[in-house]
Amino acid sequence: MQEPYAGALPRPTPETLPFWEGARQHRLLLPWCRDCGRPHFYPRSLCPHCHSEVLDWRQASGRAKLHSYAINHKQAKGFTAPYVIAIVELEEGVRMLSNLVMSAPPTPEALFIDMPVEVVFDDVTDSVTLPKFRPLA
Amino acid sequence: MTGKLGRTAAIVGAAETNRIGKLPEMSRLALHAQAARNALADAGLAMGDVDGLFCTPAGPNELSEYLGIVPRYVDGTGVGGCSYMIFVRHAVAAIAAGYCDVALIVHGESGRSWIDMESAAGPPSGPNGQFEAPFGTSGAATTYSLPVMRHFHQYGTTKRQMSHVPAATREWAVLNPRALMHSAGRITPEDVEASPVICYPFNRLDCCLVADGGGALVVTSMERARDLRKKPVPILGTGEATAHRMVAMMRDLTTSESTVLSGQQAFAEAGLVPADIDHLMLYDAFSFTPMMFLEDLGFVPKGESGPFLAETRMADNGSLIYKTGPGGELPMNTNGGGLSYCHSGRYGMFAMIEAVQQLRGEAGKRQVANLRTSLVHGPGRQFAAAGTVILSND
Repeated sequence: MQEPYAGALPRPTPETLPFWEGARQHRLLLPWCRDCGRPHFYPRSLCPHCHSEVLDWRQASGRAKLHSYAINHKQAKGFTAPYVIAIVELEEGVRMLSNLVMSAPPTPEALFIDMPVEVVFDDVTDSVTLPKFRPLA
Repeated sequence: MTGKLGRTAAIVGAAETNRIGKLPEMSRLALHAQAARNALADAGLAMGDVDGLFCTPAGPNELSEYLGIVPRYVDGTGVGGCSYMIFVRHAVAAIAAGYCDVALIVHGESGRSWIDMESAAGPPSGPNGQFEAPFGTSGAATTYSLPVMRHFHQYGTTKRQMSHVPAATREWAVLNPRALMHSAGRITPEDVEASPVICYPFNRLDCCLVADGGGALVVTSMERARDLRKKPVPILGTGEATAHRMVAMMRDLTTSESTVLSGQQAFAEAGLVPADIDHLMLYDAFSFTPMMFLEDLGFVPKGESGPFLAETRMADNGSLIYKTGPGGELPMNTNGGGLSYCHSGRYGMFAMIEAVQQLRGEAGKRQVANLRTSLVHGPGRQFAAAGTVILSND
């Protein structure tokens, strides 16, 4: 039998629930403002740019660039060290914190700032999927 | 936007717990209480004189109860390590408004023994719990490290340049018998890079210490300060700001917006510019942290902290003199910093106390000569909030 997932799990709130439900369906959803036309992240109840409450959910392309990163060498629950903690910038312009999924233990030599990455979905439990990213060849 | 309260109040008491380091016999509240008692003794005041209470991580309600006092002004701003610089600013305003006369600002943290402490991570339903923690952020090294590679990329900053910060700071700790790393000896930038990797680009010697300790300050009006035990340390200018909570929400990873805004306010109120500052206490949670502040406060142009810090010279006796170390042109973190003195979790209080001791001429072997001004600056969480205090001794 597989060990239960030991990592920290998000507990969605009303304004973030569509994002997490989208992730479960392997869709990366972003809230867009119907008034100023801009997306934002993380999902809020109002647009942080113009403070409108009229928001729509739209699927993002999943393409992004590695904006910055760190390689954690200390053990953390649910992770095997070393692993990459990344800030990615989505094609739509917003940034999010996530992980880079690598085929080999990560080294600084294997990573470069602004390298192209794409979303992958990690079904860590039956009810939670974490959007992560992998380098594009 | 300039404040008008420069030189209206002064720091008249500043002290730490009797000991710092590993204190399993003291709870979080006991650390607060001993620091408060010591700072009041330093000022020549009694607990009964306190009518303004400013504290974190203890809340003002639980600390007033623990100390048996009924302050008429309370402030529990808890935005991280710079909360104490922000408290000084709030105390100046409260005193000017007549809301209190004697402000007691208190810190106590059982950062190592973890007695009566709560994790800063927050619940899994908070923004941090949903959008940071599930991705393996565990401890400050995993989030404070994230802006660094972007800075390296954008400005050509190098790990070797960054390694000069812990080396220079250790030089001060060697001169300070109270510093936790006092007896650990000098280190070179090469030693920093040879220490175990914690979270790349940070090695162990890039990271602050983990300790138990507390500290407190007493602030009162200039008028009342003149009659007290110690020579007052006038507060020339202060600043504060907060821009976000999570590191990934920084609009530009290479600049702390709150540091820029906080610094501008403090310099404007003091009527000073960076060249007027003789001594710096820039909160060093990690080696990179004060580099960001040197740039964003205007001590060096944006992106140039690396080359600035890496420029060393040889003393007559053959030892290396760092820019920010003993004998350097910009003495910084002269107690040994969060890297080599003490770091309990919200280190800003220790930075404040060192500035006061330096300005009073109480710093022993590490005393910087001919000091007139000191600037204390720190972040709250990962470059999210910021607080700045500019102090003088005349």
